[in-house]
Amino acid sequence: MTISPDLTLGLVLGPVHDRLEALSRTRNWYGWAGYAAPASVESVEFEYFALRNQASLFDISPMHKYRLRGRQAEAVLNRLVTRDASKLRPGRVGYAVWCDEEGMVIDDGTLFRLADDDWRLCCQEPMLDWLAEAAWGFDVEIADESYSLAGLALQGPTSFAILDAAGLDVAHLKSFDHAAAEPDLMISRTGFTGDLGYELWMPWDDATAVWDRIWTAGAHLGLRAIGYEAVNIARIEAGFLTAGVDFQPVQATERLNRGLTPFELGLGHMVDFSKGHFNGRRALLSAREAPRSLLMRVDVEGFKPAQGALVYHRKRREVGHITSGIWSPTAKRNIALAHVATPYATRSPTQLWAEVYTQEEGRWEARMARLTPVEGAFFAPPRARATPPARR
Amino acid sequence: MTLKPDYDVIVAGAGHNGLTTAAYLARAGLQVLVVEKNDWIGGAAVSRELHPGWTYSNCSYVCSLLRREIVRDLDLPKYGLQVIPYEGGASFTRDGNYFAYYSDHDALRREMARYSPRDADAYQRYSQAIMRQCRFIRPFLLRDAPDPASLRPRDLGEMAYLVKKAHGLGARELGETLRFWTMSIGDFLNEHFENDLIKAHLAGSGIIGTGLGVYSPGTAYVLLHHYMGDIDGGIGAWGFARGGMGAISAALAASFETHGGTIHTGAGVAEILTQNGRVTGVALEDGKVFNAPVVASNMDIKRTILRHVDRDVLPEDYVRAVDRFKIRGSSAKLNIALDSLPQFPAAPDHASFLRGDMHTSESLPELERAYDDWKIGRWSEKPYIDMLIPSQIDPTMAPPGSHMMTVFVQYAPYDLAVGGTRSGENWDEAQRKAMAETVVNQIEIACPDIRNHILHMEVRSPAELEREVGLTEGNIFQGELTFDQLFFNRPIPGYSDYSTPLKGLYICGSSAHPGGGVMGAPGANAARNILRRETRAGRMKGYAA
Repeated sequence: MTISPDLTLGLVLGPVHDRLEALSRTRNWYGWAGYAAPASVESVEFEYFALRNQASLFDISPMHKYRLRGRQAEAVLNRLVTRDASKLRPGRVGYAVWCDEEGMVIDDGTLFRLADDDWRLCCQEPMLDWLAEAAWGFDVEIADESYSLAGLALQGPTSFAILDAAGLDVAHLKSFDHAAAEPDLMISRTGFTGDLGYELWMPWDDATAVWDRIWTAGAHLGLRAIGYEAVNIARIEAGFLTAGVDFQPVQATERLNRGLTPFELGLGHMVDFSKGHFNGRRALLSAREAPRSLLMRVDVEGFKPAQGALVYHRKRREVGHITSGIWSPTAKRNIALAHVATPYATRSPTQLWAEVYTQEEGRWEARMARLTPVEGAFFAPPRARATPPARR
Repeated sequence: MTLKPDYDVIVAGAGHNGLTTAAYLARAGLQVLVVEKNDWIGGAAVSRELHPGWTYSNCSYVCSLLRREIVRDLDLPKYGLQVIPYEGGASFTRDGNYFAYYSDHDALRREMARYSPRDADAYQRYSQAIMRQCRFIRPFLLRDAPDPASLRPRDLGEMAYLVKKAHGLGARELGETLRFWTMSIGDFLNEHFENDLIKAHLAGSGIIGTGLGVYSPGTAYVLLHHYMGDIDGGIGAWGFARGGMGAISAALAASFETHGGTIHTGAGVAEILTQNGRVTGVALEDGKVFNAPVVASNMDIKRTILRHVDRDVLPEDYVRAVDRFKIRGSSAKLNIALDSLPQFPAAPDHASFLRGDMHTSESLPELERAYDDWKIGRWSEKPYIDMLIPSQIDPTMAPPGSHMMTVFVQYAPYDLAVGGTRSGENWDEAQRKAMAETVVNQIEIACPDIRNHILHMEVRSPAELEREVGLTEGNIFQGELTFDQLFFNRPIPGYSDYSTPLKGLYICGSSAHPGGGVMGAPGANAARNILRRETRAGRMKGYAA
């Protein structure tokens, strides 16, 4: 939704809003966690291709960030998330999901281990209350850094060259590593695009200075400021999920049984039953064998995006729906994420069809397009993982 | 790479069409060998580092026609192909102005209105006429052209499809179709527009790569040929291959090799071997011999038939028809390494059209005069140029802050006239330098400080294209795209099914339907025919089937 970044509407300006406003030609703002964030800056297409061919800068400060410090921080996090946090070494970042007692996913996010007893959790949904409950009785201190720590996502094939030109040495960082490049500037080799890329974390008031430093360094390396619409294309290509789109966070459901387990989201590998108790463990033990549906990555026949299409078994029985569907400009495939009821998702995955609606020149048409399950990401360039990273 | 003596199919030439044929056949389970005369692959879809740090797409330079069905079937993005669309373009004038071609329809209309309010409104109907014809043609690109004289079920089936499509068009549009295939781009534009500059800008696509002028019949079709591609469904949109056009060839080769194919470079075909009227293999220039019951030639039909097949095994009328095949070189190319981005004083700062295709021709008569020069064996005194700076959006083409400029030049003859004789031999260093001087003068109309930025420049006349790539007379389409040699007449009437009178010999390059451009369609169509006619594998799988 396009909205005006008007403070009287209750929206707050992000830490680099001055810079974004000066660059914005589309004036296309949307509300992200109470901030006026850019849906686009120049043109979605141009921004997307900058992301995949050059580099892109995107403000991720509206993410929620929580610091957990103390002797039992690891124990608290291991009760919270489904994976074994103790396996994450200092200097590493891990993707994690966490559930309620019924095994339904509350949110997903990234877990940074800064030191043995010092952690940061970065996620989409506000989580302070839930964290405080999980930490009850433990020796841990929880701080909400959401409004004091800013984040900038620098993503794309020239992102390493840009950091290098800015005098920031990150050549040694492997995928999912993080390090303090300078005092008060942490850089992680992470992102939401499936490409080579970094996230920069700094005190809120430093964000403009860091933005300017990166912007100057990127002048000859194709750097562009981008908005969420471009990021969204890239994240679907990478096969990443968005809360509220590909799954409904269980704490944001009014209707019963709208929650989903990690198994139903294709995140079974994120659940470690061997690590001891964690929220939802008992429920997940029984849910493991009986997922009600499965979130599948599918290749859609033909060239029309299948966003919002219903999924049918043998073109007859309605068995699911597409949550995210686009024509991928880089993978050159018609790709989608689809929720499909289990017996059909697993027993006859080649007999699934999406009913795709198209509207062209004033006429609506419906067409059945065959779905082909795809393993892994739709686009996974080798440069995303190569270390030392490529410069372009 | 281990070479074996025997293969199911040998592909002669590792151009993008040869690699496409090879990749489809390897996927169908055949043992396929591709042989290439150069030490590198790609034919005219190559990326070459001829100045350290700069990559030149030194033949073909932009991408649109490559069929999305082929990209998807052969999984080319998985093998490294990334296509980057560019926006718009512009024509600059000697009096310091410009006409910008925006991809946004309304922005374009507003820009046209600066020159002619009437033309701005006419563009809607012009564009509709073009797009309707493109919609009509596109489905035929990955189908065989039916032979109307044949009663084979397949030809009858294709003919029925053609009739059905033509009937669907209706009488008025079908009339338009015939006009399009036969009229000149100049006449067509004059029917729609009044402004010289707008007409000159739009006419360029009608003459690129062809030995015809803007008033020559057939050039309206050449324009269509350049509009019938797409990028991500945007019909007529163009882009760059990340890393240069060689990225397309590299991805095709990787797809091919992943499915068990073998590529042998550094030795071209000396002779296509035959026995009892059937192909038995190839003998290479380095003396190696490989056996196969099927040879697909990616070389143009003239080169294939007249230079590499024993004339005794072919019917004389076929050989004469091949000899008559029109394949005239008409284009040259400058590839330039720039130390930084040159100034375009007429354009507003950061104009998006500077990232697109730029030209400096101002009227149809000026373009026709450029053609007149070509007819008498000279390069144009005021050539039509199609120049782009891909390094603005592709960081792999030049070091940071530096740029690479590609300048396509129309017209330059193959058989240059010098001292009363016309010959490709006349293209020596001095002539190439003199032509480059003419072209740089033309670039200066848009970009007066260009000379201060040039670090290195490669100059390619049609003669280099022939010598290096193997294209006869340096014709970029492997044969003129005129109605007399299109569709079921391409390359030779009666042989539009990619076959030749010699059993087992197929033509898989742009000499065959649907013709030139980095499209891959002839290669995919040839593979489909080879699978059906020569193997047990039968039907080809995929979107191009």
